Amino acid sequence: MIHFVLLISRQGKVRLTKWYSPYTQKERTKVIRELSGMILSRGPKLCNFLEWRGLKVVYKRYASLYFCMCVDTDDNELETLEIIHHFVEILDRYFGNVCELDLIFNFHKAYYILDEVLIAGELQETSKKSVARVIAAQDTLIEHAKEQSSSLSNIIAQATK
Amino acid sequence: MALSGMRGLSVFISDVRNCQNKEQERVRVDKELANIRTRFKNERGLSVYEKKKYVWKILYIYMLGYDVDFGHMETMALISAPKYAEKQVGYIVTSCLLNENHNFLQLVINTVRNDIVGRNETFRCLALTMVGNIGGREFSESLAPDVQKLLMSSSCRPIVRKKAALCMLRLYRKNPDVVNTDGWPECMAHLLNERDLGVLIAVMSLLVALVANTPEAYWNCVPKCVQILERLTRGQDVPQDYTYYGIPSPWLQVKTMRVLQYFPSIEDPSIRKSLLNVLQTILLRTDVVKNINKNNASHAVLFEALSLVMHLDAEKDLMSQCIVLLGKFVCVREPNIRYLGLENMTRMLLVADVVDTIRKYQAQIIASLKDPDNSIRRRSLDLLYAMCDVSNAKNIVEELLQYLTTADFGIREELALKAAILSEKFAPDLSWYVDAVLRLIDKAGDFVSDDIWYRVVQVVTNNDDLQAYAAEKARNYLDKPAVHETMVKVSGYLLGEYSHLLARRPGCSSKEIFHIIKEKISAVTTVTKAILLSACVKVLMHCQPPNQELFEQATATFRRYENSVDAEVQQRAVEFLALSRNGLAMVDIMAEMPKFPERQSALLKKAVDTDGDAPEVSATKLRLQQQNSMALVVADRRPPNGDLHLLSVTEAGASNQYPKHAAVAESQASEVPHSSQSQVHSNGATQQHASGTPHGDLLGDLIGTLAIDAPPAEPTTGPSDSQALEAPPKSPAISAASADSLALVVLDAAPTQVQPLKSVSEWFRELSVKDSGVLYEDPYVQIGLKAEWRNAQGRMVLFFGNKFTAPLRNVRGSVLSPPHIRTRSAVVPETIPPRAQVQVPVDVACIGASRETAVLDFSYNVEYTPVKVQLKLPTLLNKFLQIAPVSANEFVAWWRALGGPPSKIQEVVRGVRPMPLTDMADLFIRLHVGVLPGLDPNVNNIVAATTFYSGTAATLCLVRVETDPLDRTQMRLTVASEVPNTTYELKELMKEQLVDIPSLAQPSRTSASSLAAMGLTAPAAALAGLI
Repeated sequence: MIHFVLLISRQGKVRLTKWYSPYTQKERTKVIRELSGMILSRGPKLCNFLEWRGLKVVYKRYASLYFCMCVDTDDNELETLEIIHHFVEILDRYFGNVCELDLIFNFHKAYYILDEVLIAGELQETSKKSVARVIAAQDTLIEHAKEQSSSLSNIIAQATK
Repeated sequence: MALSGMRGLSVFISDVRNCQNKEQERVRVDKELANIRTRFKNERGLSVYEKKKYVWKILYIYMLGYDVDFGHMETMALISAPKYAEKQVGYIVTSCLLNENHNFLQLVINTVRNDIVGRNETFRCLALTMVGNIGGREFSESLAPDVQKLLMSSSCRPIVRKKAALCMLRLYRKNPDVVNTDGWPECMAHLLNERDLGVLIAVMSLLVALVANTPEAYWNCVPKCVQILERLTRGQDVPQDYTYYGIPSPWLQVKTMRVLQYFPSIEDPSIRKSLLNVLQTILLRTDVVKNINKNNASHAVLFEALSLVMHLDAEKDLMSQCIVLLGKFVCVREPNIRYLGLENMTRMLLVADVVDTIRKYQAQIIASLKDPDNSIRRRSLDLLYAMCDVSNAKNIVEELLQYLTTADFGIREELALKAAILSEKFAPDLSWYVDAVLRLIDKAGDFVSDDIWYRVVQVVTNNDDLQAYAAEKARNYLDKPAVHETMVKVSGYLLGEYSHLLARRPGCSSKEIFHIIKEKISAVTTVTKAILLSACVKVLMHCQPPNQELFEQATATFRRYENSVDAEVQQRAVEFLALSRNGLAMVDIMAEMPKFPERQSALLKKAVDTDGDAPEVSATKLRLQQQNSMALVVADRRPPNGDLHLLSVTEAGASNQYPKHAAVAESQASEVPHSSQSQVHSNGATQQHASGTPHGDLLGDLIGTLAIDAPPAEPTTGPSDSQALEAPPKSPAISAASADSLALVVLDAAPTQVQPLKSVSEWFRELSVKDSGVLYEDPYVQIGLKAEWRNAQGRMVLFFGNKFTAPLRNVRGSVLSPPHIRTRSAVVPETIPPRAQVQVPVDVACIGASRETAVLDFSYNVEYTPVKVQLKLPTLLNKFLQIAPVSANEFVAWWRALGGPPSKIQEVVRGVRPMPLTDMADLFIRLHVGVLPGLDPNVNNIVAATTFYSGTAATLCLVRVETDPLDRTQMRLTVASEVPNTTYELKELMKEQLVDIPSLAQPSRTSASSLAAMGLTAPAAALAGLI
């Protein structure tokens, strides 16, 4: 299973973290510090796998962002590597040519997109279309709620004038 | 895409981004946290929009790595909001901020359950996602049946069902005992007919977890899985959505093959045949293509197929195809594929006899040892280690030694250990072994653990024809100007024992040898000094005929250390000085070390441990481990020549000398920086042993010699057995594969999962009437208590025993005392070494009577899991009582004098534990309340007297108990003393001891937690609750 997902920028800034195994806050900080040190210092033409504390970290760099997933040693590394790519493709489709800034300012969207791709550290959906559909539906629901509330506040505003 | 409408959030994010440095960022974040905190406090004024905004901000701040210790409630409150937009925020942020060990989660279980069983599909999805991501026992207990219903329901849409499947997986994987799996095999087989591939992949993940636990129950799923695999490889019936770069759902293919690897073997000929056909197709048609993603995906499938082929122990031609493929992979330039090629080749070696084929690639594998990529070098090292045998040992060890000088520090220790093991295990002749290890020590002394040089000494001692050779080598190394300390130790030792065998050779006279040793003695640590002193005295002894000059030099050396600050060195110097004056009599005392009992090298044990550090064990992995340990035993028994045989006899006796954890930690040391501490520690421990006796540099081995008389260790005990023997005690939560216990602790053990072995309150009860016993015990630690009481003073000694094979870290223990008791305790050391016990004395003085007791606030860490308990210490009132000899007249006089309340209190006590009067009298005496027999004319009554000491005061207390012979559960208790408070407290204490305490009947878990909860407020509350 995937124990956690990390998105780290080249400067070592955390852009997204998701933990599927119970780590305390202290451990989380420690893991991030340790791993970002190890991953950022690796050269460009090396393999995408890193053995770490009896686990394996599969990572890939996309532009300025490192996507990392930590799996068990006997998990299929290439499969995990393609889960990362799958996630990136979905982000790309959603944001339209996704860049780091999109993820910074819409980190909450990244979270709920991730929730449609992974649950409990396992791959949930491999069809990009299907994920896109669900997310679009969610967006509509939220927009809808917003319109409602704004119209409501309009009415109140009108009434109290 | 702009952030839809949340301006405040965007502004905050930009602000943080614009911060020039970490300090500014912190200031900005702190300001925001303060703002959110005040806004949350006046919650009334918060609009829905603001609530959402602040909760997102909290998540953002948390993600940046700042501690956020509030807002959890507000976040969870959003979960119960009626609107989707709020619910979504609540669910997502909760699942990011909290983990399964947070108690808050219990508060939302009901809401979550309502969402799961409710009709709103989107709410269902949110709830399932969060439960799947957090998991936890409470969720498993209360939600598993509902989730299962959704999974099986035909009316639910795929989106709900796939989430339900993964949610179920989470609930089951962590707590399989809670989830009722009756009837699941049929359901799973039914679910495998699913046409929606999204659901199917989720179901397949669930099946992996189920099969990993109980493969035999799910045989009915095997044909289905093979069918799915056939369908996928043919590309039949796979919607376009589910192909990935033209490959039909590679993930599903991989998962399905993973499921099949958990079944011991597939016997049904037709199923096996179709499966092998599928695998054959995959092996043949996978080709390297230009598109990197397509390449990765197809190779992911290919590598999974390879492991399945290995697992099935397939026909020879299929296996040889695999080897050809792997051979290709270890030679390619693409690093990922080469990495996986090396990894899988190592696995292959362990399941099949393919060494000869793989040897063809030795050159390429060695080339990978010099790859710039650390990950690849490590794989290559492992493979070389696995493929080494007598025929290529010289070559491989040579390569490893060469590589040592350039290897990065992270890997050196492992490299040194492996080189040492290989050179011992596959030495073509013993002199080569000595050469290789001495070279190893010379090149990488810092990374050579003591075990390695101990082993050299053992081998040399046990082989007479090797001794002269080894001594000569040692002489040559020691003669060099700059020598590593470890080399000084081993050379010094060898020269002391065997240099006399060289006496005729040039440059090897006793005098010259002595000179060489003496040169080094001033510049080394005390441990080494001690070894060298022993060597000196032995050289002196062997010098025949005695040489006056040498004698004088030697005595001068001993004199120099006669006043050494180190007790060990000093003792040796003084003793050797005295002995050397005895001349020939010394020969008997300074005899040559006897042969060591034949034993397995401690290094091999380390190697076995190294293989067992993965957190989760798949069937393949388990199989590999078994195979691996068998491989070692087989190798041990194989005596290619007579000499080799003695190097490899197994023995388990010395195991306690090398704590298992240290070994594991050491093998991981290259990855985990802090584990080098435990390495230091284990060495430290053996060194202490070593310096414990005048010339036993290897105390452990001396003990080993003695152990010959004891029942001999079974010579056939394989490494895996001995491991099982010393496996640490486990809590049920971590009783998985023994070799993996350490790693499991990291992931699984939650603070709540380390449970006391018995009821804490039961222990406390026992201690309240006894002066020694157990205060607390869990799988890792035992706290014993021994106390002495005298009047108002007392001294308790707490014994903290580490039962575990790893050191306990972050140990904290502090004694909190209530106002009426003064305590002074020594400091509890922060680390308790494995299997060690530390004593902490606590002085107690009583100032007044009260039911409150002192409390020991105790916490420690097992790996990364903090364990925290609060334990009441038995500083009860009765400890400060002393039986008072009172005559009948005195008693009656006092009794009368102490008229009525508050000096004399009477109470009818009900619910008394029924017991005969004699038992009750015994209980009184154990409470230090002296029974005065015959004083009361009624045989059903007891009168007793005692003195209570506090500060400098002593108060006489009188007690009368009137029992009803017809109803033993009630009685009348009267207590009298001059001090009303003492009267009251003594009455309460006695009542408490006589009444059945409800917590006795409760399971230990609740009492422990309630104790902890109460302990937080005041120790008094703990007792108040009981009364």
